Amino acid sequence: MLTVHNLKAFYGDFQALFGIDFEVSHNEVVAVIGANGAGKSTFLRTVCGLLKAPRDAVRFEDEPIGGLAPGLIVRRGIAMVPEGRRLFSSLSVEENLLMGAYARRPGPWSLASVYKLFPILEQKRLVPSPTLSGGQQQMVAIGRALMSNPKLLICDEISLGLAPIVVKEIYDALPAICADGMTVIVVEQDVGVAQRVSSRLYCLQEGRVSLTGRSAELTRDQVSKAYFGV
Amino acid sequence: MLSWIDTLLQGVLLGGLYALFAMGQALIFGVMRLTNTAHGDFIILAAFAGFSLALSTGMTAAAAPWVAMALLLPIAFAAGYGLQRFVLNDTLGRDPLPSLVVTFGLAIVIQNVLQEVYSADPRSIESGGFDTASIALSNGLAVGTLPLLIFCIAVAMAVGMQWLFDRTPIGRAFRAVSDDKDAAELMGLDHRHVYALATGIAFLLVAVAGTLYGIKTTVAPTDGPALLLFAFEAVIIGGMGSFYGTLVGGIVLGVTQAIGFRFDPGWGIWFGHIVFLTMLVFRPSGLFAKTR
Repeated sequence: MLTVHNLKAFYGDFQALFGIDFEVSHNEVVAVIGANGAGKSTFLRTVCGLLKAPRDAVRFEDEPIGGLAPGLIVRRGIAMVPEGRRLFSSLSVEENLLMGAYARRPGPWSLASVYKLFPILEQKRLVPSPTLSGGQQQMVAIGRALMSNPKLLICDEISLGLAPIVVKEIYDALPAICADGMTVIVVEQDVGVAQRVSSRLYCLQEGRVSLTGRSAELTRDQVSKAYFGV
Repeated sequence: MLSWIDTLLQGVLLGGLYALFAMGQALIFGVMRLTNTAHGDFIILAAFAGFSLALSTGMTAAAAPWVAMALLLPIAFAAGYGLQRFVLNDTLGRDPLPSLVVTFGLAIVIQNVLQEVYSADPRSIESGGFDTASIALSNGLAVGTLPLLIFCIAVAMAVGMQWLFDRTPIGRAFRAVSDDKDAAELMGLDHRHVYALATGIAFLLVAVAGTLYGIKTTVAPTDGPALLLFAFEAVIIGGMGSFYGTLVGGIVLGVTQAIGFRFDPGWGIWFGHIVFLTMLVFRPSGLFAKTR
C-alpha cells in the first residue's frame, strides 16, 4: 500500500535519513521504533508531505506522492496523528474533530462514530481542548485524523507523556479502528507497546533501518542492539 | 448636565468609527499575527476610491456614496486577497520585521501615490447633506444621523465578525490556522489561502470604514498614520481575540477623546493616548482578551 524506497532527508546540510526502505500492506499494523533522533519523526513528516522528498521515493497505492503538499496527501487517504497531539487550542473538542473533516473523503468515520469509539469525547464535545486530560487530548487527535476517512493512519508517539494505563486504554481502540480495513503505522519509543500492538516492526537508528521483522519473533537482544547500536 | 450627556453620546458615536477602523486590523493580527502598519493608509485609499467612484457614477449626491461603497466592496476584497496571497504571505515567519517593513513601505507608497493623483488638498465624499443631518433627541440634545448610522454599522460588523469567527467553518479555519499552521496544513488547509481570505474580509471592513469616513469628514492623502494609531489603540484597549472587545475599545477611546475635547480642543487626542498608555501599564492584555 505504502512503499518507501531509498528515502533520504535533509535539514539544510544535515542529513537525517540515509536511504530508508519501508513497506506496509493493506490492513497491517506496522510499528516504527527507535531512540530520540533516530529519524522516526523525520520519516513520518516526509511521508505526510511536511518535508520535501523526491516524488518517486514515496509511493502510495502505486502512485508517487513524495513531496506533494500535505493537503493533497491527506486527500489521497493518509492521515497523521502528529507528535505532541497539536490540537487547536482555541477550538472546542468538536471543532477540532470537524477540522479533521476539512479534507473529508467518503467513508465510515464521522462525529458519531468517533464519539462511539471514545464516548468521553461526546460528553466533552463543547469543552475547550486544552482543558482535557492528556489521554483525552490524544483521543481527540486520533479522532481528528480519522475524520478525514484515511486508508492509512499514522500515529506519531501517541504514548508520549501518558500514564501506562491511559496508553493501554488508547491502544485498546486500535482493533476497532482497524476493523474496517484501516492500515496503521505507529511510531513508538516504548518497545514493549510497539511489539504488542503491531504485526511487523522497523527499528531506525541514526537515519537507517537497523532491524525489521515480525514483531512477535524479534528477541529482546535483537531489538536492543538495533535500538541502541550496542 | 445635558452637555455632559451630549459629550458622552458624541464620544460613543465617535467610538463606533474607531471600532470600524480597528476591526480589520484586529482580524489580520488575530489570524496571522501580522501588524499591518499601512492599515490607516488603506482606509484613506478606500476613502479616495469611494470619492472617485461616487463621482463616476454620475448619480445624485444622496445616492452616489452608497452605490460607490457597494461597488468598492468586491474590489476591496479582491485587492485584500491578492495583496495577502502574492505579497504579504511571503513576509510572514518567525521574524516580524519583514512584514513591518513591507507594510510600512506600502504606507509610504500609498500616501505618495494619493498625493500624486489627488494632490494634497483634502477631499470629502459629497452626500447631499446627509453628513450634516441630525435627529433631535430632546431640547438641546441631538445626534448626527451619519454618526448614528456609523455606530450602528460598527455594532452590526462586530456582531457579524464575532459570529463569523465563532460559528462558521471559515471562522473555525481562521482560528485553527492561527493556533497551529502546520497542524492545519495536515488537515488539508492551505494556510496561504486562509490568510488571503482573512485579509480579503479585513479589506471589506476597510472599504466600509473608508467610505463612511470620507462621507463624514474631509480626508487628505497623509491622514493614514493617525487612523492607524486610533485603530491600534482601540484593539489594545479592547483586547485581542474578541470583536466585541474591539468595539468597546473603540468606544472607550471615542468617549475619552470627547471628554478631552470638552476641556480643551487640543486635549482630545492626547486624552485618548493617556488612556491607552494607562491600559498598557495596568492591563496590557486589554479589557476582553480571549487570546494571549
